[in-house]
Amino acid sequence: MRSWLGIAFALIYSATSGFAGPSANGPSRVVSMNLCTDQLAMMLAGPGQLASVSYIARDRRASAMAQDAMAYPINHGRAEEIYLLKPDLVIAGTFSTRATTDMLRRFGVPVAVFEPAYSLNDISDRIAQMGAVLGQDAAATALIALFETEIANISGVAGRPRAALYAANGYTSGQHSLAGQILEAAGFANIAAELGYSHSGVLPLELLAMADPDVVIATRPYERPSRSEEILAHPVVSALSRHPDTGEMRDADWVCGTPHVLNAIQKLRHLHSDTTSPEEGSE
Amino acid sequence: MMRLMVVLSAAVLALFALSLTLGPAPVSAAESLAALFSDDYGPLTLVMREIRLPRSLLAILIGGGLGLAGAAMQGYLRNPLAEPGLIGVSSSAALGAVLAINTGVATGVALGLPIAALLGALIGVGLVLLLAGPQGGSITLILAGIAISAMAGALTSLVLNLSPNPFAANEIVFWMMGSLADRSMLHVYLVLPFVAVGAVILLRLGRGLDALTLGEDAAQTMGVNLRRLRLMLVFGTASVVGGATAVAGAIGFIGLVVPHILRPFVQGQPSRLLWASALGGAVMLQLADIAVRVILPARDLKLGVVTALVGAPLFLHLIYKTRKGQS
Repeated sequence: MRSWLGIAFALIYSATSGFAGPSANGPSRVVSMNLCTDQLAMMLAGPGQLASVSYIARDRRASAMAQDAMAYPINHGRAEEIYLLKPDLVIAGTFSTRATTDMLRRFGVPVAVFEPAYSLNDISDRIAQMGAVLGQDAAATALIALFETEIANISGVAGRPRAALYAANGYTSGQHSLAGQILEAAGFANIAAELGYSHSGVLPLELLAMADPDVVIATRPYERPSRSEEILAHPVVSALSRHPDTGEMRDADWVCGTPHVLNAIQKLRHLHSDTTSPEEGSE
Repeated sequence: MMRLMVVLSAAVLALFALSLTLGPAPVSAAESLAALFSDDYGPLTLVMREIRLPRSLLAILIGGGLGLAGAAMQGYLRNPLAEPGLIGVSSSAALGAVLAINTGVATGVALGLPIAALLGALIGVGLVLLLAGPQGGSITLILAGIAISAMAGALTSLVLNLSPNPFAANEIVFWMMGSLADRSMLHVYLVLPFVAVGAVILLRLGRGLDALTLGEDAAQTMGVNLRRLRLMLVFGTASVVGGATAVAGAIGFIGLVVPHILRPFVQGQPSRLLWASALGGAVMLQLADIAVRVILPARDLKLGVVTALVGAPLFLHLIYKTRKGQS
């Protein structure tokens, strides 16, 4: 349990450099234009196979693999620049601009579109899908096996502290979201479920206060302030955030459905043991 | 007059109490009001003191300020179409606030946010008075207002779109329409000195504005210093609108609707209209803020939507009347 973080890192390391070889029948020049497909592609692509990743892949706030992304040329998701890269496969997310992917298809560039992961189970599916489009099925199978072993190894814990996920504009995430599932896997009860939020949505500050959760797990605000994030510094949120580090908790590991979520679960586990012991005790 | 003030004050207080009992949390009115004064500091007390109380206080402060600023501008320009929101003062204040937030001045400098909004409002109101002038007709005033609003709005969008923060670009709606959602007591303390100082300046202009109804020459012979009056009006309006816009965004039409409705009750006397419009503005913004919470309890419907739905038809009516008066 203690070495999760180390194992997860080793897992990613071996995934990026260990399994994938040159692909015989897959595409040879792949451009990814979505943060989450960027990361899956970096884990599974063979040497030289991935020609470009999106510029967000280098943003430490959003990307769990910002360092790795420095090795790839970046794109800004525009049809023109992507076409000029002469890819034989473009990988996009369902939230990528429809106009861009349509135009690329008209130019004869094959486009693979990936759904975001809404649950921990979806992660294996996305890895398999990435393996299939890249022609790296063996690497994908190995990564899935490691990831699923790690997920299965997450031990049960005593006590389920009540937690709230709170982001800019008062956005919360329920059980049918990746963030909600990370929270549950770490042994927390999500107050979104008590309040009837199964997916994601805006949770009024008032209802958050009335629910009185044991911890509020907030997103880290950007350096340049915005009014949308001001709610995370509201006195009510501060009063509920009894643990000083929870405001910084939700980082790049939470964003995408990749094995990096194991790091997020690991960090939450530390918070879990802080919350349940010693003064409150576990049931 | 006395009766009008009593009725308006009573309405302000009644709406204040009603506003405190409204919110997405399903709690009875009696329970919530009791929690406001309770010492246990449970979740409901937290909600009452840190969420609902600042919201209701801000509605009174900002509504009162905007009503007063509208009445003062109309008195000075002797034009019922003058209103800080319509003539670009609020959008200039919003531009100042957005610049302060995005350059870090708002977090780095104490009172940086309202001061920047005040400076924005000062430039806006100064430009309008320069362009429209005391003799300027309605057309010049409205055209100047449209130009300044468009410019300030475009620059606000530009600043928000250039921000590296991905949330900033979507905030244009807040700055253009205004909202009191999720404000805290901190915002009350931030806006209070600016609205208070501006209100004191504007309320003291009553005598000068009364004299001005007889024309500028008559006012001057009565000993009114017109340059000083103009300066005070500019500073008072900028202080009120700057403070209000810094925390609640640009809320339009309050300064237009309220003086228009109350003018007959004070026999068109500007000095009395100032006091009445301050109270009336507090009533109107509280009503609007109650309406947005009743229409969409859990979501943040913008105040400007409600005030514009009430105010825009009245504005059209006023333009029609002004045109008929001219021809």
